[in-house]
Amino acid sequence: MIVKRRDAISGGLMLLALMAVTLLPFISMFTSALFPSGTYPVGISWPAHPQWGNFVQAFDVANMATILKSSLSIVVGVVPVSVLIATFAGFAIGHLRVRHSQAAFYLFVLGLTLPFEGVIVPLWYEIKGMGLLGSRWAIVLPLIGLYMPFGVYWMRAHFLSFPQALSEAARVDGATTWQLFWRVHVPLARPAISSLAILLSVWTWNQFLLSIVLVNDPTNGTMAGALGAFQGQYGTNIPLLSAGSLIILTPTVVIFLVFQRQFVAALLQGSLKG
Amino acid sequence: MSSVTSPNLPNGSPNIGLAPRTLRSRRVRGVTLRGWAFMAPALIAYAAFVLWPIAQTIRYSFYNWDGVAPAQWAGLANYKTVFTNGQLVAVIGHAFELIVFFSGIPVVLGLAIATVMRRFVTGRMSTVARTILFLPQVVPLVAAGIAWSWLLSTTGAVDQILSGVGLGGWARSWLGEFNTALPAVGVIGAWVLLGLCTVLLFAGMAKIDPALYEAAQLDGASPFREFIAITLPGLRQEIGVCVTVTMISALSAFDIVYIATQGGPGNATMVPGLEIYELAFFNRQVGLASALALVLMVLVIVCILPVQWFARRGSVER
Repeated sequence: MIVKRRDAISGGLMLLALMAVTLLPFISMFTSALFPSGTYPVGISWPAHPQWGNFVQAFDVANMATILKSSLSIVVGVVPVSVLIATFAGFAIGHLRVRHSQAAFYLFVLGLTLPFEGVIVPLWYEIKGMGLLGSRWAIVLPLIGLYMPFGVYWMRAHFLSFPQALSEAARVDGATTWQLFWRVHVPLARPAISSLAILLSVWTWNQFLLSIVLVNDPTNGTMAGALGAFQGQYGTNIPLLSAGSLIILTPTVVIFLVFQRQFVAALLQGSLKG
Repeated sequence: MSSVTSPNLPNGSPNIGLAPRTLRSRRVRGVTLRGWAFMAPALIAYAAFVLWPIAQTIRYSFYNWDGVAPAQWAGLANYKTVFTNGQLVAVIGHAFELIVFFSGIPVVLGLAIATVMRRFVTGRMSTVARTILFLPQVVPLVAAGIAWSWLLSTTGAVDQILSGVGLGGWARSWLGEFNTALPAVGVIGAWVLLGLCTVLLFAGMAKIDPALYEAAQLDGASPFREFIAITLPGLRQEIGVCVTVTMISALSAFDIVYIATQGGPGNATMVPGLEIYELAFFNRQVGLASALALVLMVLVIVCILPVQWFARRGSVER
């Protein structure tokens, strides 16, 4: 009994320490955000006169309203289309299992480990050729393609585990493949589809490389791109930088806290399957 | 499917035997066509923005090209540069050094923490812990870079804590000095990935049959033996996933380095991802950048395959 209690205490302390280390960067940003703009705070300390106004100032300086709108429209451009066409392909490969679809599957798997840096240079020339450099399409279109390996892999895994018998029953009732897909499979695949949508939204929101290379103008890019640009501009003004970063992070964290159960489940499954 | 052909047909009559067969093959062809129609949008998007760029990367890598003037055929010269130029070899070396931090720390520490957590953490506590430990996975890496460059600066919290516990002599500009910059970047990556690995391994441990532990305790096994004989083998798949995910993020690190050090001081933290970006867009050496890009893509696959093979060997599923 005594041994168990000691274990519990040491385990609890370890967990607390780990949580403290995880939160340390956020706490440090928060306290420094309250120092007068342009001063040099030291480590984690509470200022004599907390400057809550820094957050208001950062909200304006960071162009928060515009950035939010831009990131949101990129997510709306990328996620529904990606999820839909990945579900189509996953259905064909995992459920219909048509001839040579396995070859297509291996083609997609090839891209699963692709670092985006590997294709960023030709992507720049391709997007430039399309005349889209600097527009939101420059992020939306490539991301849809880049998400296909994971998206198809994910949806195929769902459809593989789905019994064929239900489809055969629907076929006997005279359903076409199209009806079969929309009436039977999409409703039953809802958990897999919503997890995929959550993952792709987070990844799009946080996409940095494509944003700085293909768009450059932070008001037309993703949240991560805007954050990077903000750091480039106010890197030496620690209080303002901290306040701005925290404001830019707030929507992400709020959405995460609201949907935390789904997020954690999706991220866990995502890494297990991926 | 076989119900299409009626079983009662006499085998010898050709005109009846033929009809169902053509009917069936026509139906198969129809299904095949429809299946490919379902795959077409994904394939087109993938081909346009992944396969085509990869092909272009390969093509560019055989040329000397500044991006503007006509390209000059270079053969394998760019690859030779990647493998012989001291700076580029060092850059690839840095990627491997980062694996030690990005993969090593989260997996080892994650195993230790999850092992201790397994014994007692339940319900509410584990939900709170999971939520907090997952925060680094949700915020952009850029934010991690910004927060940590401030933490690791000379006036930051890390040096403040060190001074506080009497180790003020160790305090320094962690990201600014040649011999600490790369490990410091590694620590940032470890921070990002530790929570994910811990939660993943913890979830994996919950799936191990408790009877195994009871049996081991009856046999008087020490906690260490228990860990070696039961926990580690039971977590083969989860460990494989952790190593795979963390290795990919180490080899293709970009955001954190770009924000925290820009590859500096000197070239101390230059990694392949950032080098490709600078070579192509600032030095106008598109061919060399492409050769490095291809080497990076192959490197990731070469590093991942043995891990996947090891993780899946012996596991019955899949």
